[in-house]
Amino acid sequence: MSNNTMNIRLAGVGGQGILVASEILCDVLLASGLDVKKTEVHGMAQRGGTVISDVRFGPKVYSPIVPEGKVDILLAFEQMEALRYLHSLKPGGTVIVNEQRIFPSSVALGKIDYPAEIEKYLMTVAANVISINALALAKKAGSVKAVNVCLLGALATCLNIKEPIWEAVITEKFKGRNLDANLRAFELGREASLTRDLKLGVVIPK
Amino acid sequence: MKDVVLLSGNEAIARGAFEADVRVAAGYPGTPSTEILENIVQYSSIYAEWAPNEKVAFEVALGAAYGGARALAAMKHVGVNVASDPLLTASYTGVNAGFVLVSADDPGMHSSQNEQDNRHYARFAKIPMFEPSDSQEAKDFTVRAFEVSEEYDTPVLLRTTTRVNHGKSVVRLSKPKVNTRGRFERNFCKYVMVPAHGIKRHAVVEERLIRLRDLSNSIDLNFIEWGDSSIGIITSGVSYQYVKEVLPEASVLKLGMTYPLPDKLIRNFAGKVKTLYVVEELDPFLEDQIRALGISVIGKDRFPRIGELNPTLVAMGLGVEIPKQEAETVPVPPRPPTLCAGCPHRGFFYVLRKLGAIVTGDIGCYTLSVLPPLETMDTCVCMGASIGNALGIKRAMPQDDSRPVVAVIGDSTFVHAGIPGLIDAIYNGTAITVCILDNHTTAMTGGQNHPASGKTLRGEDAPRLDLVALVRAVGVEDVYIVDPYDLASLEAALRDAIQAGKPSVVITNRPCLLIDRKIKRKAVAVNLEACTGCGLCFKLGCPAIESIRADGNRRKAKINADLCSGCEVCIQICRSAAIQCEKE
Repeated sequence: MSNNTMNIRLAGVGGQGILVASEILCDVLLASGLDVKKTEVHGMAQRGGTVISDVRFGPKVYSPIVPEGKVDILLAFEQMEALRYLHSLKPGGTVIVNEQRIFPSSVALGKIDYPAEIEKYLMTVAANVISINALALAKKAGSVKAVNVCLLGALATCLNIKEPIWEAVITEKFKGRNLDANLRAFELGREASLTRDLKLGVVIPK
Repeated sequence: MKDVVLLSGNEAIARGAFEADVRVAAGYPGTPSTEILENIVQYSSIYAEWAPNEKVAFEVALGAAYGGARALAAMKHVGVNVASDPLLTASYTGVNAGFVLVSADDPGMHSSQNEQDNRHYARFAKIPMFEPSDSQEAKDFTVRAFEVSEEYDTPVLLRTTTRVNHGKSVVRLSKPKVNTRGRFERNFCKYVMVPAHGIKRHAVVEERLIRLRDLSNSIDLNFIEWGDSSIGIITSGVSYQYVKEVLPEASVLKLGMTYPLPDKLIRNFAGKVKTLYVVEELDPFLEDQIRALGISVIGKDRFPRIGELNPTLVAMGLGVEIPKQEAETVPVPPRPPTLCAGCPHRGFFYVLRKLGAIVTGDIGCYTLSVLPPLETMDTCVCMGASIGNALGIKRAMPQDDSRPVVAVIGDSTFVHAGIPGLIDAIYNGTAITVCILDNHTTAMTGGQNHPASGKTLRGEDAPRLDLVALVRAVGVEDVYIVDPYDLASLEAALRDAIQAGKPSVVITNRPCLLIDRKIKRKAVAVNLEACTGCGLCFKLGCPAIESIRADGNRRKAKINADLCSGCEVCIQICRSAAIQCEKE
């Protein structure tokens, strides 16, 4: 299989803005002059199901789906969803995880327990783990809905793409007060993950 | 607009329609096809509409093509079943201006009731078929499909799959080409399919198919990428991308036009490679036809015929080694879809469940009522089948079976295919209760308008189909309008309707919360001291009601205020009055 394609998988719960985030990411990558493909599995997830979106980029991308075990960065919008897709991570891969927890019905009804010590488990599997409280940061930025862009801020620390490109794409996407909140959320997400001791191993392939 | 953009396959098909100077487009929403019309509507040169169903959409577009304007009809795979009646005869009449039918298939059943492979429809209707493998091709093939449609006087099937429809990839835009519009010319022998005319047209269809086969052998959408000659792979659609990902060094015959198959090209390719594979999703559509040419291939014995393909499955089938995964799998609780917090369907199904009825269901959000804890749906086949199924179950019932038979159907689905079933109930006097769950939208596909929603595809006001008047006009005497948030009166109405002893209709009147977000009211809360932990409210399956450990480790209810929409249904079922409105 070809090795010069980079793979990011965004995973979370319907309603968290995963698809908007993957669109922003794709536009940023396109603006950086790369071939980009994205795909998503959302089924009936507008009704609270699990959602994933694969984003692949490089000089030439074929399959829109990331092959098993080839994810370079897993960007999880919810803790349990990080666990669900951990198997797709390649050895040496990075997990960026939002500390937020959203209960599926079985957990809400007390039939199953929410998995414990997720962050600890992620650390045993992934080479790098960045864990941020994107919900709190988004609230601080002025919009609970900016969780997705806050996580993109964290992701940006792992990609060598110039900040003005991110800002331009975000500016194109949002208007007015929403725009201010999202730009701020992006910055807060970036700052929060930069304070972590992290090996920045991911670079854009040429 | 920039010249190089990222588009989904559906956006690209819409762009292709614009570049091909399409004038009329029609469809009915259905995943994964919905965004085609939602994007076409942005081009003011195209008249675009949601039709009540796919058959009407097809006929509108076909009529436009007869009238000299390029036209497109878009639908999901099962929608083509509904449109198949005009499709098979449209092949006989041909067109005047270009006519393209887009069938968006759903391998993997991400959001469908079956996994049918609509490539068979091209063969069945004897019309050419194009299969794009990414967004660039989705746009380019749309334009080419119109050209071929006109040159060969035939409808063309543009067949896509979810991965192409919803995937995004880079597209180079072109300028639209203005096409001269024709006008309708009377031609009885071509457009009036009485038997004497039709029999002559069948000969035209067969002769056209021979010419189309020649086209398939020479068209540049079918091409060979020579590589290592020890392995040859014939593939089409998104499977091509997986093949290129997994085995970039192999020789590949990439088919963009997959019906009729290019027999000479295939023979030529097969003769020059040592081992020949066919990599395709779902049915052995290419494989069976290639075998019929007397060529032996490796196909469905190595690649699954159930579900979507992906790079891993293609690698396994081709015998390419996959690096072993390091991360071990841990059990994670499933996260099934659910009715939204505050969804007007929830209270309805909670009450219906109490009546012990046989419930025939239909296609829409309310189909989720089959999941725990509501579990109130006994059948679900296709759009409109709830009413027909209810009629049959009622007629088959032994005398000692006194369970009521209730059909549940959404407003959009009722307009789509429910009305004739209701007419049957009246005509034949079958005592069933039909519940039209009117949430004023086509909710499951994301909230598209329809004749009873009062808006068009463009968002313009339209006369709102009066469901009550319609139901009465059909001959239903007992019609109940109910508020699904008012459980007591809902239950009373359902009991009355069921006991009527003749066909009756119950219509709910609350809009979908995702469409009308303004209606969110104040969240409710649980008084933990009053909560006895009886768990009755959990039976609603509302995502906002969570279980917590209270004193003595007992489970009690807590309401997540971020999710609660204040519908107050849970207040009505709480026996200990523990759930209350939040006071100002």
